[in-house]
Amino acid sequence: MAMTVHVDVVSAEEQIFSGLAELVVLPGEAGELGVLPGHAPLLSRIRPGAVRIKVPDREEPEIIFVAGGMLEVQPSLVTVLADTAIRGRDLDEARAMEAKRRAEEALKDQQAKIDYARAQAELLEAVAQLQTIEQMKRLKNRVGGT
Amino acid sequence: MAGSKEIRGKIKSVQNTRKITKAMEMVAASKMRKAQERMRTARPYAEKIRRLAANLSHANVTEFRHPFLIQKEAVKRVGLILVTTDKGLCGGLNTNILRHTVTAMKAWEGSGVEDIRVVAIGNKGLGFMQRIKANVVAQRTQLGDVPHLDQLIGPVRVLLDAYTAGEVDAVHLAYTRFINTMKQEPVVEQLLPLTGERLGAPEHAWDYLYEPDPQLVIEELLVRYIEAIVYQAVAENMASEQSARMVAMKAASDNAGNVIKELQLVYNKSRQAAITKELAEIVGGAAAV
Repeated sequence: MAMTVHVDVVSAEEQIFSGLAELVVLPGEAGELGVLPGHAPLLSRIRPGAVRIKVPDREEPEIIFVAGGMLEVQPSLVTVLADTAIRGRDLDEARAMEAKRRAEEALKDQQAKIDYARAQAELLEAVAQLQTIEQMKRLKNRVGGT
Repeated sequence: MAGSKEIRGKIKSVQNTRKITKAMEMVAASKMRKAQERMRTARPYAEKIRRLAANLSHANVTEFRHPFLIQKEAVKRVGLILVTTDKGLCGGLNTNILRHTVTAMKAWEGSGVEDIRVVAIGNKGLGFMQRIKANVVAQRTQLGDVPHLDQLIGPVRVLLDAYTAGEVDAVHLAYTRFINTMKQEPVVEQLLPLTGERLGAPEHAWDYLYEPDPQLVIEELLVRYIEAIVYQAVAENMASEQSARMVAMKAASDNAGNVIKELQLVYNKSRQAAITKELAEIVGGAAAV
């Protein structure tokens, strides 16, 4: 049997995946990242995209879409702290502004800025989702072809 | 008799009230189960991120210390995140947490705090803070039955920014902790600076590789940690709200039942009296003839 590493994928709202894996591939801050058992301890931000987990004794990997988050790697443990909401400096700022605005019942023209930041983030998420779907499709074809 | 019709009307109205409280009780019971479930599902994340933050707070003592981890000597300005419900009819839940909060605020003022900034999550706390003319810097209401982290990022961020900028020296969190269906406890606890006891002891000090760089990663991680705590507080508050409502509505239904019983008794008596009087009149009339 191949070497395995324990993988947990959790979000603030629920536990998404917990189990053993031979390989985890995820969109790291500095590019696509493959984590094998025994990887050096690593703490990284992850971008919106697909987390692929190769589960032992199964042909197809488990694919989970995450809207960004954090990754912690210990030699025998991989933890993905997935975000449920799209994050970004501008967007968080916009959210803070909105919360303040609610309190102050302030002017309307800030709304436009918030909407723009939100739209931008939603676009980013949609693109990442599309990529995931594409990947899954390709995988399906390949499995079907062989 | 004139009274009997009025009493009948009264009984009808109390019966209608009981129908409503009974319905609310059942709705609250089912919502409570779901709210408790959500509270539980949020735990693994909170636990994992707490462990990670604990590891980090020790792994980096020499290199870089995040402002969230540094204890300030004098606390002059305080930020407060107040979690309450949006709706009423849930017994003394909001009253308790607000009383608790006011006590804490008075204690802070007594120990030399000059400025208290409030972030209100939930309608009831917002209304109260506005009435007592507190400085409400941000608010978020109408969370619905399912809390989303998305809704909380903004309000929390307002205080985190203030803390990072040195505008507040400490941030506290007030909410109602869910113990069980019958018992909920109002708590005011310190959120920032992060204390060692909250984080717990690190299990292992890993020498992590950081991507993109340590400062950024730690910053993001701690922000998420704070948000996870606030999310957990909101989830607990919602479970508390539903169970408090269920208990309050059950008491209301029981009381309505008692009132109906008493009114029924009064009604029967007055009906009996009317019949007796009528009979006496008939007998009296017959005797006269």
